[in-house]
Amino acid sequence: MINNNLKKVTIIDYHLGNLFSVKQACDTVGINAIISSKAEDIENADALILPGVGAFIEAMDNLADLNLIETIKKAAAEKKPIFGICLGLQLLFTKSEEFGTGEGLDLVPGTIRKFPADLDDRKVKVPQIAWNSIYEFEKKWSDTPLMDVVNNEFMYFVHSYYVDPSNDMDILTKTNYDGIEYCSAISKDNIFATQFHPEKSTLKGLSIYKNWATLNNLI
Amino acid sequence: MDIKGPNLVKGIHMEGLRVLGKPADFAKYYYENGADELMFMDVVASLYERNSLHDIISETAKSIFIPITVGGGLRSISDIKEVLRAGADKVCLNTAVINNPELIREASRMFGSSTIVVAIEAIKESNGQYLAYTDNGREHTGVDVFEWAQKVNDLGAGELVITSVDREGTGEGFDLDLVSRISALVTIPVIAHGGAGNKNHVSEVITKAGADAVAISSLLHYHFIKENSSSVHSNEGNSEFLKQKRSYHTFQDCKIAEVKQCLIDNGIECRI
Repeated sequence: MINNNLKKVTIIDYHLGNLFSVKQACDTVGINAIISSKAEDIENADALILPGVGAFIEAMDNLADLNLIETIKKAAAEKKPIFGICLGLQLLFTKSEEFGTGEGLDLVPGTIRKFPADLDDRKVKVPQIAWNSIYEFEKKWSDTPLMDVVNNEFMYFVHSYYVDPSNDMDILTKTNYDGIEYCSAISKDNIFATQFHPEKSTLKGLSIYKNWATLNNLI
Repeated sequence: MDIKGPNLVKGIHMEGLRVLGKPADFAKYYYENGADELMFMDVVASLYERNSLHDIISETAKSIFIPITVGGGLRSISDIKEVLRAGADKVCLNTAVINNPELIREASRMFGSSTIVVAIEAIKESNGQYLAYTDNGREHTGVDVFEWAQKVNDLGAGELVITSVDREGTGEGFDLDLVSRISALVTIPVIAHGGAGNKNHVSEVITKAGADAVAISSLLHYHFIKENSSSVHSNEGNSEFLKQKRSYHTFQDCKIAEVKQCLIDNGIECRI
């Protein structure tokens, strides 16, 4: 059933990653979402989801080819809610160490770093492709999309790079991968983003979609 | 989950496939009972050069919110694209990449390393050498397993599934020597497959052989069959085994929760 009063959410398609599962998660919790690469669908949306799996530089190149960089920055400046997932979280940052230095959307100050190949003479398996736990840092989770999530809950991760925010107050969760502690979710004004995949983390992950939508009056 | 036509099947040493039930029933049950990921393998796809899991994947992806990996008969970038579009998160490649290793590089560039899982089917020869096989242990390639694993790693695969065809379906335990040598060699996560007959085998391949993850079928399937009645497509394949509701004496079948509790008892962190 189509409800015309429903707020519109655009899942930004820049040709990297499994968008089907993001759309499926939206449908399941009642978010009215479309998948699109068009600037007009971003301009007309009430909120945006920026997903993605893969390489930072290729992603930024694709966004540039699609003429979406300024469109996304404008939407962010208009305070539209933005939900970044995995590579989508990383793209929000200032720059990446990947293959030299790549420039990001610069909506959240910080750098993207690669997991080290070894730590204390031990080999670190990269990428991290695993369920791992998320825990509170300084900021509390109440009034955020993580409000229903218990501390140390397991979520599904797939990544070789992690975000290193310049401001501790942007950090919402931390995770420890084989001795490396890093930021696994952020919130800053209208922006919320996770390194893990809530859409692949059972009903506990889907509650994050639902809470994000509820907090932003999208459903 | 090995799939042949409409059915979930299971063999021993990847041969003598028996029909166990409907894939969707097993998928739902495992999702609701703590599986961390589902792997669907079209076990006859390489033989017919096509993967026929699209319908099963798209149906599963609608209601199952954990990672889904799909393999069997994927030959090209466009084959990979098609199963990802149907809702798979990752693809598992074997035959195609042994014939054309560059496909690993090409596919991981295009879809991201973490989307590309390479499966190696290992058989131990009488001289002790491990050789890689394809087409579910049917086709000899003459390729040394460890040289191949290194190459798979260097070409940019995101994960490596190492199957001991000798142990597969037997319940005799993993080939710890094989898994530990592979795990020490590569820098990507290694999934051990083939041989789990009880929960302690699963714990052992992690603590003793350094596996990063474990793929289990018979151990869980046989338990599912005992606990559930499933509607079988008996017009295809041998379902006599299923009707007898039995398993082999080598298996101490159990639930996923029991396996995970055993891991936690052995100091291995996992989601429960």
